[in-house]
Amino acid sequence: MNSPLRLEKRTSASTTVNLMIPTISVILALAIGALFLLGAGHNPVQAYSAMFNGGFGSVYGLTETIVKGIPLMLCALGISLAFRMHLWNIGAEGQLYMGTFGATWVALSFPDSPAIFVLPAMVLMGMLCGGIWAMLPAVPRAYLGVNEIITTLMLNYVAILWVDYLVMGPWKDPDGFNFPLTAQFSDAATLPTFGDTRIHAGLLFAIAIAIIIYFAMKRTRWGYEVRVIGRSQSAAKYAGMNIPKNIIIILVLSGAVSGLAGMAEVSGLMGRLQQGFSPGYGYTGIIIAWLAKLHPGAIIIVSILFGGLQAGGFSLQSSGVPAAMVSMLQGTILFFVLGGEILTRYRIVLNFRSKDTGGKSTWKQAS
Amino acid sequence: MLTKKRSIFTLLLVCTMALLLVGCGGGEQKSEEDAAAKQEQDEQMKVGFIYVGPTGDAGWTYAHDQGRKYLQEQMPDVDASYYMENVEEGAASESYIQQLVQEGSDLIFTTSFGYMDSTIKVAERNKDVVFMHNSGYKTSENVGNYFGRMYQARYLSGIVAGKQTEKDLIGYVAAYPIPEVIRGINAFTLGVRSVNPDAEVRVVWTNTWYDPVKEKDAAKALLDEGCDVITQHQDTPGPMQAAEERGAYGIGYNSDMSDMAPKAVLTSAVWNWGPYYVDTVKAVKEGTWESNSYWGGLGDGIVGLAPYGDMVPEETKELVEAKKQEIINGEWDVFTGPIKDQNGDVKVAEGEKLTDKQMLEMEWFVEGVLGNIGNEK
Repeated sequence: MNSPLRLEKRTSASTTVNLMIPTISVILALAIGALFLLGAGHNPVQAYSAMFNGGFGSVYGLTETIVKGIPLMLCALGISLAFRMHLWNIGAEGQLYMGTFGATWVALSFPDSPAIFVLPAMVLMGMLCGGIWAMLPAVPRAYLGVNEIITTLMLNYVAILWVDYLVMGPWKDPDGFNFPLTAQFSDAATLPTFGDTRIHAGLLFAIAIAIIIYFAMKRTRWGYEVRVIGRSQSAAKYAGMNIPKNIIIILVLSGAVSGLAGMAEVSGLMGRLQQGFSPGYGYTGIIIAWLAKLHPGAIIIVSILFGGLQAGGFSLQSSGVPAAMVSMLQGTILFFVLGGEILTRYRIVLNFRSKDTGGKSTWKQAS
Repeated sequence: MLTKKRSIFTLLLVCTMALLLVGCGGGEQKSEEDAAAKQEQDEQMKVGFIYVGPTGDAGWTYAHDQGRKYLQEQMPDVDASYYMENVEEGAASESYIQQLVQEGSDLIFTTSFGYMDSTIKVAERNKDVVFMHNSGYKTSENVGNYFGRMYQARYLSGIVAGKQTEKDLIGYVAAYPIPEVIRGINAFTLGVRSVNPDAEVRVVWTNTWYDPVKEKDAAKALLDEGCDVITQHQDTPGPMQAAEERGAYGIGYNSDMSDMAPKAVLTSAVWNWGPYYVDTVKAVKEGTWESNSYWGGLGDGIVGLAPYGDMVPEETKELVEAKKQEIINGEWDVFTGPIKDQNGDVKVAEGEKLTDKQMLEMEWFVEGVLGNIGNEK
């Protein structure tokens, strides 16, 4: 596979470089953001302190940060599974929507059932629907080599429109004055929250999944197979591993975890299905999985940082900075941190070598 | 593996440290400067606003923000500087509303239908704050709701459109098939047909309140179908701009849209929230506020028509003025029978009038509307 994303290949970088690049990235982002803020007549120091306090500086801010982080964690964990096998599942967004679809179907079909039945059923259906949605591109990928980037991406739109159709049509709340919303879920179909906060049991799902992935990858034969297939398909084939089967399994699991993200979001937070509920969790999840280098623990932490960027944005807005400016600042920080990350890898492979060896042969290799 | 892991944690560490440094620096400076000012602020009443679009949308949110500015002008002793723009509807809005509570708001206006459940939820947790939800139907102990009889202004703007159209086909770009929007379309159509019984109104749904591109495209589609006047239940002047580009006429909504499309806009059906905001803030301040549902009309001035464009003839203006007075005096209201639905069946018999409840739950189109609601079985 000749994917343009094969940036991982690099000789080990020095600690200085690893430390310098992200530091400079963040400082640059904050500096550029400060220029914009100054230009628009805001005090950047005040703005940044509001942003930080909103995300991490108070108990309330911290809980909101975690709430925003939960769907990101689950999506990123799902994505990381497929990425381990170098399967570029861009379809987490769609799998998330199908997860909410499955969970909502249970919640609406059994409005009078007790939580002990309805919640596990919602988890199962959510994961099943997310998994099936990922299986659709997995099968042609496994047996015909159909590019999964395209197919998973395209299925996102199908899933989003499917949910749109349901909330505007058959699932519309009969008492909802024609608004595109389903009826409110029963209390039994709502995930419990921690105390007075909005943090719901989805957080436990995410942590459990992270632990499972960590051990499955490290300690099981299957995890080993996944790693080998990811590194070299021909080596895996030579070792007698069943590649198509593993492709399907890993993509289905990947979709199931994203589906669980959808279930947690609709049951723990929204309490009813509505159109366009995700601001792109499935796509942000890709960035998170990538930044966290697919490590389950790091995914949890990076997701919380991303959640903080969101929650911090709220306080930034309430301190008088316009919404468009907030998005711009968030974008700048993201852009620089990501740009810096990728730069670390590139710089080492291309620049240093070409200088040392006079350049000719390494340039060819690199391209 | 080790270097990879280390690099990511360094990255996180650095991010956190950078933010921490900035945060601390700001905190120290602030605490000294603002110590005195803060005490003053604490006694000052704070009013917060939640907006669905940006304040510069030249439509719905702009109109609310004008109301906020009017409030600040009229009551300088109140702090009305807190607002949040572009707030998603649905569950996500809860954190924004809660954020305004954290900032110390005493009164919060949530200005879109989709904030209804979140407003009720946040209000449940914060009994000492008053919430006013715009355009919904739920209230609680500390949540009231408010809206205006926009259908009255729609009817008047329908008269203007009915007089102006030559092809007898008017396009209506509409957001969602909910009673509020349907009511507006019906009132507008009744206005059109009161002066031009042959004219028809074609409706397209965009399924969004705010999407400049989509709104404009929808208007273009209507113009392609032969409409020569465009009106809208949308938050941006996109449809008006489409009308202007094609040399057609338009009737704006929310706020005066003539600046955005001066050659097209005949008039706009507008909101004037300011005076109502002042009244509400006064009531809360004096402790006389009680949870209620407010639905004001032309008489209160909360809805009205923006100044006419030069192309509107005097005769039309006189017709509109006469109807306006009838409505204000209470002699007549828009949904007075006989009114037929799209199938030609009489929905409101002669001499009858729809009740507020019937209007708030309206889910059928009057005769003369081309389009469907999507609830047909």
